[in-house]
Amino acid sequence: MPNAIKEALDIQPLVTGGKSVRDVTVDILKPVEAFPTSLWWKAFLLALTITVIDLGIIGYLVYEGLYILGINNPVGWGFFIVNFVFWIGIGHAGTLISAVLYLFRQEWRTGINRAAEAMTIFAVLTAASTLIIHIGRPWMGYWLFPYPNERGPLWVNFRSPLIWDTFAVSTYLTISLVFWYIGLIPDIAAVRDRATGKVRKAVYDILSFGWVGSNKAWSHLETVAMILAALSTPLVLSVHTIVSFDFAVSIVPGWHTTIFPPYFVAGAIFSGFAMVVTLMVIAREVFQLKDYITMKHLENMNKVIMVTGLIVGLAYSTEFFMAWYSGNEYEGFTFVNRAFGPYGWAYFIMFSCNVFAPQVFWSKKLRNSIPVMFVVSIIVNIGMWFERFVIVMTLHRDFLPSSWDVYVPTVYDFMMLLGTFGIFFTLFLLFCRLLPVIAIAEVKTVMPHKDGGHH
Amino acid sequence: MYSPKKEQFHTFQETEHGVFGLFDSPAEIINAAQKTKDKGYTNFDCFTPYPVHGLDDAMGLPRSGLPWVTFFMGIFGCVAGFGMQYLTHKYDWPLNISGKSFNAWFAYIPITFEFTVFMAGVSTAVAMFILTKLPKTGRKVLHPDITTDKFALWIPSNSANYSESGVTDFIKGLGSKHVETVK
Repeated sequence: MPNAIKEALDIQPLVTGGKSVRDVTVDILKPVEAFPTSLWWKAFLLALTITVIDLGIIGYLVYEGLYILGINNPVGWGFFIVNFVFWIGIGHAGTLISAVLYLFRQEWRTGINRAAEAMTIFAVLTAASTLIIHIGRPWMGYWLFPYPNERGPLWVNFRSPLIWDTFAVSTYLTISLVFWYIGLIPDIAAVRDRATGKVRKAVYDILSFGWVGSNKAWSHLETVAMILAALSTPLVLSVHTIVSFDFAVSIVPGWHTTIFPPYFVAGAIFSGFAMVVTLMVIAREVFQLKDYITMKHLENMNKVIMVTGLIVGLAYSTEFFMAWYSGNEYEGFTFVNRAFGPYGWAYFIMFSCNVFAPQVFWSKKLRNSIPVMFVVSIIVNIGMWFERFVIVMTLHRDFLPSSWDVYVPTVYDFMMLLGTFGIFFTLFLLFCRLLPVIAIAEVKTVMPHKDGGHH
Repeated sequence: MYSPKKEQFHTFQETEHGVFGLFDSPAEIINAAQKTKDKGYTNFDCFTPYPVHGLDDAMGLPRSGLPWVTFFMGIFGCVAGFGMQYLTHKYDWPLNISGKSFNAWFAYIPITFEFTVFMAGVSTAVAMFILTKLPKTGRKVLHPDITTDKFALWIPSNSANYSESGVTDFIKGLGSKHVETVK
């Protein structure tokens, strides 16, 4: 688009500060090339400590058995599934930014897609770890996969949502990883070509797969990026749809609803974007990337959070309406119990965090305020964790009053919840230190060039 | 009717002997590639820090044929995914669940879809790695600035009409300030 038209339409540049193409590489690779700051070390050691403690607890859990947790007979899943759905949801924003916005030619995605995709991968890994532990005997985890075995014709039940989950999550992880790494290859090559030390050069040479920037290769690479974006878009919707099927194909009142798939997908985008905002606000501050992750990027993400917050709010209301309108007394009871039963406080937290808090973004001033968006993004994540908690806690009162019980999480439940954050942040901090957090080559394509390179 | 063409699967060729020149902007490299093609040099390549749109046309490269891989492997994944579930549940290990048909195919859709996407995506990526000859470490880097902000035109010695002095003069004539011979 010519610059005159951009000015007339008041389109802000995506890279501010009058940067040249060389500056982009230099600025973005600064944290990779310099010795880490003390702030990074502090954050990393904190996250690593939490992770190590978490691994210890997991070891203890495997040794002792699941009874050390708060799970009981009606509430058989507890925090694990809450954490699983929460982290899978966090992951979705990364794919949305990298795939859906790519297909819609949203050039502002280039500043944030790399970090968001990394977030996706780490979040899905975290989610997968909770899934493996919750089966109780994690060393049997491979039973979830269909494999030729010596026990005669014995296959997994492909009609079970648990197996759908296995396929969905592993496909999602693989495709996201491939998509992310293919984008990284040219940028790692840039790190290699700027490296001075021999070891460093060799390591990044291996990581870059020997990329040299040939246009014959670029032509294929761009095609693959487009194809993966086109495949990821339905994939990301299908993954959370399938996660929601874990609940929706049951006959438990409050779970057996057709609104679950879209409602889960909207919730995933909502929480994922909130997490991207949380991470980006920190990253641009710590790594001095304000010229690349501009207010425009943050404002756009805040708009997405606001819209998906409204969708989630609509879904909550629709659930309530349908519980009454269906005339099903079990369904009706479940929802009254959710709002006013023993876990009414959780419902209240969920509703106020998810529906009311993001509404501050109607104001342009608040949408552009770093402290406000940081606080709101954290509130949204708390709210979304509680959303999954509320859904899982539906089990505590089902059809038979004689089986009613209350789920009280133990200290191990809480430690393992904290532990998931430890794993996630350890991986994320390592990523920030070792790989470029912004897609350098892609940012260069959206910069205002004086000549050539039309898009 | 569209059909896969061989030239759509253009592969990267190792840089061993030849001449390269550096340029400063996308417009210059597009112009240089166009002239090189018109002049009749073959096997030449351009090295750029980011994808330059319009360069494929200038170099005479057809669109990548990778979507064909996606298409056929997607169909394969779909058939294989559905077939795996159908054969195991209908013949190898029939399970009576609530008296439903052994071929309750609605329940096979999620896995069929996931397997389609998995096969299509992963095999397209694998095909890209084969065509671009990745991974291969220790590759010759013509100039370290190529991954930062320089654009290189590379004419290898196996190019048609190649002569070292002729090519050097040709690239200089295109406006390159840095021309180097690789032996």
